[in-house]
Amino acid sequence: MNRTRELRDLEQRDDFVGRHIGPNAAEIESMLQTLAIPSLDVLVERAVPPSIFETAPLGLPESRTEADVLRTARALASRNKVLKSMIGMGYSDCITPPVILRNILENPGWYTAYTPYQPEISQGRLEALLNFQTMVMELTGMELANASLLDEATAAAEAMTLCLHQAKTESRSFFISASCHPQTIAVVETRAEPLGIEVIVGDPARELGAHKVFGVLVQYPDTYGEIGDLRAIAEAAHAQGAMVVASGDLLSLVVLTPPGELGADVAIGSSQRFGVPLGFGGPHAAYMATKDAFKRALPGRIVGVSVDARGRQAMRLALQTREQHIRREKATSNICTAQVLLAVIAGMYAVYHGPEGLRTIAARVHRLTAILAEGLRRLGFGLANASFFDTVTVRTPGRARALIERGLKAGFNFRGDRADSIGIAIDEATTRQDVESILKVFADAKPVPSIEELDRAAPDGIPASLRRATPFLAHPVFNRHHSETEMLRYLRRLEDKDIALNRSMIPLGSCTMKLNATTEMIPVTWREFGGIHPFAPLDQAKGYLKMIADLESMLKKVTGFAAISLQPNAGSQGEYAGLLVIRRYHQSRNQGHRNVCLIPSSAHGTNPASAAMAGMSVVVVACDEKGNVDVGDLKRKAEEHKDRLAALMVTYPSTHGVFEERIREICRIVHRAGGQVYMDGANLNAQVGLCRPGRFGPDVAHLNLHKTFCIPHGGGGPGVGPIGVAKHLAPFLPTHPVHPSCGPKTGIGPVSAAPWGSASILPISWAYIAMMGRNGLRRATQVAILNANYIARKLAPHYPVLYTGLNGLVAHECIIDLRPLKDSSGISVDDVTKRLMDYGFHAPTMSFPVAGTLMIEPTESESKVELDRFCEAMIAIRGEIRKVETGAYDKTDNPLRNAPHTADDLTSSAWTHPYAREEAAFPVESLRAAKYWPPVNRIDQVYGDRNLVCACPPIEAYKNAAE
Amino acid sequence: MAERKYTKEHEWVVIEGDVATVGITNYAQEQLGDVVYVELPEIGKTVTQLGQAAVVESVKAASEVYAPLSGQVVESNAALAGNPALINSDPTGAAWFFKIKLSNKGELSQLMDEAAYKAHVDSLH
Repeated sequence: MNRTRELRDLEQRDDFVGRHIGPNAAEIESMLQTLAIPSLDVLVERAVPPSIFETAPLGLPESRTEADVLRTARALASRNKVLKSMIGMGYSDCITPPVILRNILENPGWYTAYTPYQPEISQGRLEALLNFQTMVMELTGMELANASLLDEATAAAEAMTLCLHQAKTESRSFFISASCHPQTIAVVETRAEPLGIEVIVGDPARELGAHKVFGVLVQYPDTYGEIGDLRAIAEAAHAQGAMVVASGDLLSLVVLTPPGELGADVAIGSSQRFGVPLGFGGPHAAYMATKDAFKRALPGRIVGVSVDARGRQAMRLALQTREQHIRREKATSNICTAQVLLAVIAGMYAVYHGPEGLRTIAARVHRLTAILAEGLRRLGFGLANASFFDTVTVRTPGRARALIERGLKAGFNFRGDRADSIGIAIDEATTRQDVESILKVFADAKPVPSIEELDRAAPDGIPASLRRATPFLAHPVFNRHHSETEMLRYLRRLEDKDIALNRSMIPLGSCTMKLNATTEMIPVTWREFGGIHPFAPLDQAKGYLKMIADLESMLKKVTGFAAISLQPNAGSQGEYAGLLVIRRYHQSRNQGHRNVCLIPSSAHGTNPASAAMAGMSVVVVACDEKGNVDVGDLKRKAEEHKDRLAALMVTYPSTHGVFEERIREICRIVHRAGGQVYMDGANLNAQVGLCRPGRFGPDVAHLNLHKTFCIPHGGGGPGVGPIGVAKHLAPFLPTHPVHPSCGPKTGIGPVSAAPWGSASILPISWAYIAMMGRNGLRRATQVAILNANYIARKLAPHYPVLYTGLNGLVAHECIIDLRPLKDSSGISVDDVTKRLMDYGFHAPTMSFPVAGTLMIEPTESESKVELDRFCEAMIAIRGEIRKVETGAYDKTDNPLRNAPHTADDLTSSAWTHPYAREEAAFPVESLRAAKYWPPVNRIDQVYGDRNLVCACPPIEAYKNAAE
Repeated sequence: MAERKYTKEHEWVVIEGDVATVGITNYAQEQLGDVVYVELPEIGKTVTQLGQAAVVESVKAASEVYAPLSGQVVESNAALAGNPALINSDPTGAAWFFKIKLSNKGELSQLMDEAAYKAHVDSLH
């Protein structure tokens, strides 16, 4: 055989680059020809303004193979030491049912889906979320629950602001029980300060009367294990017009009187221990539930039940106008995501175990705790808590350190943050052998009583007055799927209702729905990453810390920033953290009065909502007709507010998908007026390897690892929104009370419950960057820009393309205008998005940033074949609209207005429409090979918001449907 | 019948004695689309001219309703809470929002009459 190729070539070191990037060399060539541009390099030279374009390669290594990077990931994982973590503090080890692990957490049908804004193609995960909401409502005894929040501590902060606005008092003081988890107290304090809220930490049972407050936060059971009765606290709080927030452990609520029955107005907490791995801190789904009276003040997403065009029950996101994309700076929260994948897992954990299974798990956890408590008593130890569910605090005067060391040697992490006591929290994974081993640690050389003997003797730890009497989860969905076969099929049925990336492209503008490669996902569910408690001693997390340090270093090189914080759990949290950093910087220079935040009118609604949370007042800067910042207006506003200017928030490339040429000048204007520049990194996918925000002006930017760096969207969360900052801001990055080494000493405090945020999904971005290498990342950006321009060129003859930048090119996304068609045919952008479902596609972003338009972002991962398929659908739809314009189709009874069409429609014996069934379901021939059937007809948004139902509909509704 | 006056923000007001009845205009309800929720001021609340007094929400928009005139709220339309669709079907009749006992009738001069409001709406197109 001839040696025609070098070994280096045969090693396929850049094989992954070609796997991640959709179009192959021939397709790229053909698309470039369509654009009449000679090469990818020339394309980006023309698209990116020369003032920011960088030709020097990223300072990253070359690309690596999937096998090679997995080997390194394995080596890092093996440097983590998984002990049995009995630390508690809101994080408990648990058992992810394998059927859920493999069919949800490791299944692209669930993890690659987008937020369910298009409900007709999201019925599967909407039902799963409705299960979650129902479970939360019934376990907490509340009337309404949302579809999850980022973590327990931020949920507490959200609850505080809910109380601030809803409590019938003028007070601006919030009382937190000192027995709340320390990270919860710290996150709430971070949140309170810029809002001018005074936080009082103390014992509400004794001290509440001495203060005038608008709300009280208590932990139930508390962080040391005690189960306090909320009734008296609630009475005292209500008497002064204040509200009560209870942070409840979900498993304990299976056996405890729910907070809703004790007078709590809001219940929050984590659902982590319902089947979600510890993961060194996340991602986990927090929950929030409240009374019906406060439904419009509930932050985050809420799934509601409505009806479709045939009057059948269907689900969708309810009350969306509460959200920041409508309310902007008037929004009470900047939350625009949930932790859908994790909430789905927690809800399915309850579906799989059912009420009986949950009762058994909770009872076992409690029994083992009672056995442990009895054993410790017999060994001569006193307990600090008189009651308990799963946590005991052992009095160990003078011996805490030594006992913790002995525990470590025996393979256990105990809680050791107090000098003279040790906390031990039992969990679902704890066995009788574990309890025996723990008792041996405490026994020293003394004999340990047998578990059987202790079991006979040990009294329960739950006060009689706080035992749950109310039944829960009686709904059939929680009582039907207890065999693995039933569960497997239930999960498959739901998955089949949804469009995720494993079915077709999801061309959502500004959402960067790129490939979430399998290799990137594999380490996430390794026990060495999943089994680490966020507050475990750091010498057990060496692999994590190395991987985190590597990732920070990679992101610094990509962005040109001096320092990175991975703590923020979502883009919105990154915005908020970044603005707090700016605020603290001004304060450090005796410029604390600077509180004006300039925001272009085209900004995403989260920007002004985050600015309001950071204590800033928003001043809107105009945009020109091309969607760019109106530099004249910016100059005027910067000058007008120069004594109080804190920051400008700017998205780059702009929300209109254009590389603004004057970005350097924009940043200079703000800096000259004493402000800092915050860059919203939602559109970073157009920049990686071509330009670096840290070099062209911005002082802070958040990145969306779930967009640019391949963390899957999870059907609406998790996200990771780290921030990068210039050197002068590095001292102000987020910190954490438990592991201060995660940030600088002088930082803003914690913005998330866990020191490194959602640590367990960071290997995804780490692996992506490692496999792509410097050339692969740059090429990905080039192809992302190519794909967007190719679509723009293909669709331009059919739909006007609204905004372009240099040389008539767009960045990584393009906006097409459907408003003229509304006038000529009555067909709305809504009709087109629903019609795309009949063609098997998820619609692009609708009506943002301009009403009546579609914003298309194909990403680099879509091949030319898929882009052509999408363009074919869009062009065919344009043809259908023309038929309406010409009268060939009826104005109202046409395939667009009636979209989407279900299998029921097509097989109905009474087909009354003036167009053929084939036109409805198979408008293009390629659908014959693979057809997606929307499970419901168009959903009535109005009905759902006028008749709000946010739990699994009552059993009668099922009976009625069956009849 | 008393003359109807308008604000730039698309509220209407009808005065009888020293009590003003307030609602939103047909143009406003068209812009909002199907209304799903209203939040009305509590009886006894003091409102100031062009200060926020109520909230109206459709599935795609949320909007403040401003008090056209200063005074004290004496009544709000309980029928709207259970049937917000009334705002789409009869915005200038049955779907009034609230009534104010006026504290300063002089403010009336700052409102538009029918013709001026019509010109204002036309200018928005």
